[in-house]
Amino acid sequence: MTRATRPRVGLFVTCLVDAMRPEIGFAAIRLLEDAGCDVEVPTRQTCCGQPAYNSGDDASTAAVARQVIAAFEPFDHLIVPSGSCAGTIRHGYPALLASDADWGPRAARLAEKTHEIMSYLVDIRDYTPGGLRLEGSATYHDSCAGLRELGIHDQPRRLLAAVDGLEMRPLDGENVCCGFGGMFCVKYPAISDAIVGEKADTVERSGADMLLAGDLGCLMNMAGKLNRRGSKVRCFHTIEILAGGGNGPAIGEKP
Amino acid sequence: MNATTRTGFKARSDAALANPTLKTAIDRTTGTAERKRAAALAGFAEYEAARSRGSAIKDHVIANLDHYLEMFERNATASGAKVHWAATESEACDIVIRLCREAGAKRVTRSKSMLGEEIGLPDALGSAGIERVETDLAEHIIQLAGEHPSHIIWPAMHRTREQVAELFNADHKPPPADDEAASMVQSARHVLRGKFLSADVGISGANFLIADTGATCTVTNEGNAELTTTPPRVHIVTAGIEKLVPSTSHAMALLRLLVRSATGGELTQYTTFHCGPKRPGDADGPEKMHIVLVDNGRSEMIANEFRDMLRCIRCGACMNHCVVYRQIGGHAYGGTYPGPMGAVLTPVLDGLAQSRDLPFACTMNGRCAEVCPVEIPLPTLLRAWRGRSWRAGLEGPRMRAGLAAWAGLARRPGLYRMASGIGVRALRLLGRSGWIGSLPFAGGWTRHRDLPGPTGGTFMERYTARGARRPEDRR
Ligand code: SF4
Repeated sequence: MTRATRPRVGLFVTCLVDAMRPEIGFAAIRLLEDAGCDVEVPTRQTCCGQPAYNSGDDASTAAVARQVIAAFEPFDHLIVPSGSCAGTIRHGYPALLASDADWGPRAARLAEKTHEIMSYLVDIRDYTPGGLRLEGSATYHDSCAGLRELGIHDQPRRLLAAVDGLEMRPLDGENVCCGFGGMFCVKYPAISDAIVGEKADTVERSGADMLLAGDLGCLMNMAGKLNRRGSKVRCFHTIEILAGGGNGPAIGEKP
Repeated sequence: MNATTRTGFKARSDAALANPTLKTAIDRTTGTAERKRAAALAGFAEYEAARSRGSAIKDHVIANLDHYLEMFERNATASGAKVHWAATESEACDIVIRLCREAGAKRVTRSKSMLGEEIGLPDALGSAGIERVETDLAEHIIQLAGEHPSHIIWPAMHRTREQVAELFNADHKPPPADDEAASMVQSARHVLRGKFLSADVGISGANFLIADTGATCTVTNEGNAELTTTPPRVHIVTAGIEKLVPSTSHAMALLRLLVRSATGGELTQYTTFHCGPKRPGDADGPEKMHIVLVDNGRSEMIANEFRDMLRCIRCGACMNHCVVYRQIGGHAYGGTYPGPMGAVLTPVLDGLAQSRDLPFACTMNGRCAEVCPVEIPLPTLLRAWRGRSWRAGLEGPRMRAGLAAWAGLARRPGLYRMASGIGVRALRLLGRSGWIGSLPFAGGWTRHRDLPGPTGGTFMERYTARGARRPEDRR
């Protein structure tokens, strides 16, 4: 591929991946490069602002939003390994800044070129990972923001179909929330626990060795519950598997 | 703000979570509702088109509400009914009580109406010393139990059949033959029939107010609305002003959405249009018909960010598909309306300070909006309440200080790098085995689940180091 046709993408790492599981960020870089992109990681990024956004603190969210817009508008695309952060940038920022004559249009332009990574790889790059082999079975949970705000459903399944040896098992209630909800899970821990308890039941009933999803927050919630129950199901972000990381330590396993 | 209500929601939801019978009851009803709705929509190819049309009808009426209200009043009056206007719930109750007294009513029958619950009509009738007979089977159960509805379609869904049998055995004379559903329905029918015919006034709600005919429309599956509105001398309708539609065909368009979304049926057993009192030559019907149109905060919503909520046709799909409702049931919400739509409406009706938990006790998963037949963006509306709550300073000082500290860091990437680096190292000390089983300040998380510890330094640290060591990696 010639330089001219290689899109220059900015990776938005997300605060959770940055702190808790950088492997997801490196997997993203590997996949994006394999899909023919030039990847950069702007240093003026922290978080998409959801802690404030979900608390109703719109002024702080807008401040963080302006910072993200400024850092990423030079790129052809902003790519993020999380449906929830992508949803905030795509839908939240333009709504929040709509009445701002300068930032409103800039937010709208950034929203247009912001993509969750799996949907970007499939829908925009028409990418299929090659040479992947992983023995075992997995089931996939559709994280809510990706599914309902961005319409991500077929893309991860299509990408995972390229992994030889991996048997995908259906998950009962795959489109039902896992009870994470950001601040929700610490504000209303008992309700959240009851919801994730039911999710863990369905995951175990699927009989799969692995649970995959596209959002680290949901994954930490489900993995944490499964581990507390003594379940042996191993949890990964889908792109870790796609980048060949399925034999490495799963979420929570000793690195 | 209100400390009692705050603990109120938590205490109520904790109690609900600790009640396995409640969970069984919720799962039975919502599980069936979810399956039936899915089946009904699978056979309704034009659902999305019907949905857009339904939303458009409601939006059109809301944008021209005065016009349709006047048209409705004109036509209802021409048909012989009398229209009354109530700005608040207490005004609405006062009007109904006055009308009952004018009719010399000792006993009134009532068919299920959430608007009646919203304005507190059952209690108001009680205080006025008027005997109230609930004719809807589920409302009859609720009345016997001295409770409020926990669902807008199935008010008694929080009770299992076994629990209902207990209530009937204690109250019905003679008691039901056994606790099979059919015997219990038979028993309720027996108890209620006599009262239907001896009531002085029948009070109903309305699913639709038809502007161009002045008729009100009720839909039920039990036929109790017809027995409530026809035999008594006086029929009183209480309805929210958002129930208006331009014509009968518009009501039908919405009915197709309502029934499928609510019960998964194609049509209710009974769909009745009540157009004025008995006319000369009519075989039956009330001598007088009164229609009380209730505002109770609705016209204010037209002008604020909750306008979309006025489209609601009270189908209950949002609560049937809500993960929170399915864990805690309707009573924990503490308002007339539960679930996602209730979390939007209760702060309107009871004030945000009284119900501040509701917009926050939501994961924002969006399934409610996905299933709403009139495309109400419920998460967006809940978010609007969160914004109001924040601006009104209703969040506790710890929360505000925490967020302020976070926002200060999030806006300074350099400082944020340092802080997250330190935080990650601290967490790594605790999570040597990979998992962290208990964490101070994060008890909400670790009480119920383990926390996967960080796998190493932050991404940014590792990325920068990698860049320095292996420039070829950077391209
Ligand atoms: S908000 Fe929508 S789904 Fe919920 S009751 Fe109203 S119409 Fe039905």
